[in-house]
Amino acid sequence: MEICETYANDRHRMLDILLDVQDRFRWISPKVMETVARQTGLSRIEVEGVASFYSFLSQTPKGRVTIRLCNDIVDRYAGLEEVAKAFEEVLGIKVGQTSNDGAFSLEYTPCIGMCDQAPAAMVNDVVLTKLTAETARSAAEALKAGTSPSKLVNERFDDLTAHEQATRMVDNNIRHAGEVLLGPVPEEAGLGKAVGLTPTQIITTVENSGLRGCGGAGFTTGRKWRFAASEKAEKTFVLCNADEGEPGTFKDRVLLTERPHLLFEGMTIAARAVGAKEGILYLRGEYVYLRKLLEGVLAERRRRGLLGKDILGVAGFDFDIRIQLGAGAYICGEEGALISSCEGLPGEPKTRPPFPVNRGYLGYPTVVNNVETFCHAARILDRGAEWFHAMGTEGSHGTKLLSVCGDCLNPGIYELPYGHTVWELLEMVGDEDAAAVQVGGPSGTMIARDSFHRRLTFDDLATGGAVIVFSGERNILEIVEYYMSFFVHESCGYCTPCRVGNVFLQKAIQKFRKGLANAEDIEYLKELSGTIIETSRCGLGMTSPNPILTTLKNFPLVYSAMTKPSKDRIRATFDIQSAIDDARRIAKRRSYIFDKDFSQ
Amino acid sequence: MTELPKARIATASLAGCFGCHMAILDIDERLIELMKLVEVDRSPLTDIKRFTKRCDIGIIEGGCCNEENVHVLHDFRRNCDILISIGQCAIMGGLPAMRNAIMHSDAPLRECLEEAYITGRYIRNTTHDIPNDPALPLLLDEVYPCSDVVEIDYQIPGCAPTGDIIFETLAKLLTGKFRGFEREMIKFD
Amino acid sequence: MSGTEKETGFTFTIDGVEVTAHAGQTIMEAADEAGVYIPRLCDHEGLRHQGGCRVCTVKAGGRSVAACTQPAAPGQAVENETPHLSKLRRDLVEMLFHEGNHLCPICEASGNCELQAMAYRLEMVEPTKFPYLEPCRALDASHPDIALDTNRCISCGRCIRASQDVDGKGVFGYVGRGIHRRVAVNGENLAHTDAKVTDHAISEEVCPVGCIIRKRVGFVTPIGEREFDKGLIGHEIEEKRHD
Repeated sequence: MEICETYANDRHRMLDILLDVQDRFRWISPKVMETVARQTGLSRIEVEGVASFYSFLSQTPKGRVTIRLCNDIVDRYAGLEEVAKAFEEVLGIKVGQTSNDGAFSLEYTPCIGMCDQAPAAMVNDVVLTKLTAETARSAAEALKAGTSPSKLVNERFDDLTAHEQATRMVDNNIRHAGEVLLGPVPEEAGLGKAVGLTPTQIITTVENSGLRGCGGAGFTTGRKWRFAASEKAEKTFVLCNADEGEPGTFKDRVLLTERPHLLFEGMTIAARAVGAKEGILYLRGEYVYLRKLLEGVLAERRRRGLLGKDILGVAGFDFDIRIQLGAGAYICGEEGALISSCEGLPGEPKTRPPFPVNRGYLGYPTVVNNVETFCHAARILDRGAEWFHAMGTEGSHGTKLLSVCGDCLNPGIYELPYGHTVWELLEMVGDEDAAAVQVGGPSGTMIARDSFHRRLTFDDLATGGAVIVFSGERNILEIVEYYMSFFVHESCGYCTPCRVGNVFLQKAIQKFRKGLANAEDIEYLKELSGTIIETSRCGLGMTSPNPILTTLKNFPLVYSAMTKPSKDRIRATFDIQSAIDDARRIAKRRSYIFDKDFSQ
Repeated sequence: MTELPKARIATASLAGCFGCHMAILDIDERLIELMKLVEVDRSPLTDIKRFTKRCDIGIIEGGCCNEENVHVLHDFRRNCDILISIGQCAIMGGLPAMRNAIMHSDAPLRECLEEAYITGRYIRNTTHDIPNDPALPLLLDEVYPCSDVVEIDYQIPGCAPTGDIIFETLAKLLTGKFRGFEREMIKFD
Repeated sequence: MSGTEKETGFTFTIDGVEVTAHAGQTIMEAADEAGVYIPRLCDHEGLRHQGGCRVCTVKAGGRSVAACTQPAAPGQAVENETPHLSKLRRDLVEMLFHEGNHLCPICEASGNCELQAMAYRLEMVEPTKFPYLEPCRALDASHPDIALDTNRCISCGRCIRASQDVDGKGVFGYVGRGIHRRVAVNGENLAHTDAKVTDHAISEEVCPVGCIIRKRVGFVTPIGEREFDKGLIGHEIEEKRHD
């Protein structure tokens, strides 16, 4: 099968192989799995393990056009239901179904990074944003009439440049450009200076700048590079994490669209610092619409001698980058899982130690940094550590891209120095009436108005970028339930507490929402969350109870208002009426015991 | 010195096989010792159908599979100071709860009844009817452990629990010395 | 100094007991040798460490870590049998009970089951707060000598590792994600794989529960006379220290 041969039958390219299979055949059949297994020297069950892990790979036939509606809470509040109904009506299928003629599949998918222009959908590789019932209906009708998805965006889509294509599909919504990333950036200035420095000098510069990882965890970037550089190994790798899957985060989308050169410049600088020859950009499957743009930029850089052999004419400075497309798995934003995914495996985090900087991709020392982090590094090399260090606050230096969405006038990207209060940010985005703000996405903190004086720094309110604003009309428990269902969907399932415990948390929240919770269930939520946090294997399980814990702390009344006290130690939460409802219908009679008037 | 008033005990068998009640009899000759401490009120063992007085301890065998089970369990909770689930069915639903996991259709209870009375491979039911007499209590949608329906104070595990663990637990509870089971006595089979 | 440490080993403590380890050893490996039992389900002698069940969670240097994968460190004070850790472990074992369909009264493995034995050891006897997930899972009895009842699978992956690393086969593997992640076989069903009843992966010791069933040998040993009727799980390891 030629798809496997495109990737030299390399088992480490399994994700690419299966994505191509999915594209061509619209599913991964048992027969294909056997062929792929044979070609790559694996067993069928190993191929099936990968095929069944990623949301964008399917083991049942999917439509030639697959429409994925983003069902993030922000999209729901922006009118997802009507949009879904419009698609359902026109296409004649329900969400979750594929039409009998194999033309269409309609499904929900978690946050696709378009919360500033919700509701949004992916139609194969094309993104539609700001959908309404009307635009959804006309898009569905056009698709049904045979229009190709890209033509929904623009009649002459194919004549546009890759950048035009991307920005016609998706608005950047840059609301505030800061000094570091979104202001004017001179071309290759950082890389130009880096080639004049030794690797150690580069690392020292990054260290002195105080730069910390911008993906959420906040590890000191310079130290990470130093660890990797100090490993004695045949090869070293530089990986860029462009898998921003945290609901409400879309800052890297804008950097990938507007600053791809700066990103690759940063990766090239990191490669020089740690002695890497190969790099990978791990692009989340939802951002497939940016692939052409990014491939184009990589090709241009190779042409200009900014990638490839002897970069900028420096003998022996060789580095190149490939793009690894993801396939719908939030967990791949965890660095170990990202590495597993690049290796063609299910996106499961790796056992630590060893850490990626010691033994990462294919067992070699590997630096994994976020898109924004690499961009910052390139700017630091140009302007110097002190320049960057002077911005922000102690411990949180430089600027941070914030992606703001939800109930506000001006959703979009704000590049601000660390240290602003939530109030200050809300003033900028035009929503001082907010009732709740989710800082850092679901794995971050949900705060109420009494905490809006808190500051956006690593030490106070840490965020990978997401800021989601909710007005007083929103139901906190509905938001929490959505976030828990997100974590249930995205847990890899490797370890017990995250795999099972999150399902229990989700069910407990459902009980609260139905008014079927006991007063003790509040304590139960806390205890169960504690177990999950303390025993989980990676960051997903260590943060997944946060939507519950932070709302319990900051919105305690929404929970206590929903509890039912037991009377006579009989659980008011056991609903006898719903429990006997089926039997009543089958027996066609009422209960002698629990129906007051059974004669009717 | 006058004798202490005897503690009152009640027992009930809900959705179980009565095996746990048989296991109570496995206490053997220690029953005599136990009877010095207790008087048995409502119980299938005494055939007393209604509580005559408030009881100190209620012992429940079996989970809740129908409305009558729920009703009895409510009655026990209202009339007993301490309620004990005895055996796996009361604790986690047990064998009757297998029907919770074999139902896949939109009408799981109907599917279950149809398989039990009409479509099952080994059924010889000439009327092809699902039994439906007004005297039959309505089934619940699922089989529930007792602790889902009322607050349960203690659980004695086993299927059935041994006479030893039943005796030890009751004797210690009655004398205020219960501090949990010895680990070697805990069995789920 | 570090050279000699490597050869002669170093010491650390578990609940105050001094334990000797050598470089590269995990906390659990060192504990086993010293006769200190750390509860575990997915870890099994002779197989790669997985760190999936998390039942072996201990506190080392103030952090909660999986003892089966965490390297021992010189001088470290490890907590193992504290009320707090026992509670965490009990929660995890209870999660596994509730995730599948574990009906001890009708299970052939009862008395030999490590999941059940762990519940005994950790005193899982309180009324549960966790919901039962009660999944619908299939039985695979296609193979002439082996049956699989995945209702009882706890996703420990011991059969996967045993088949790959000891038998050199690959009969089993994980498929799916999250709560849908499960152990599956390399083919349509077990009869379509090269599994043999003599495989290490199929042997009694590898599957900790009653999922992998060898046909025609059930109930040879009566209930009440089985492995964990004789003593708590882990007692063989603990006896090493008392000898």
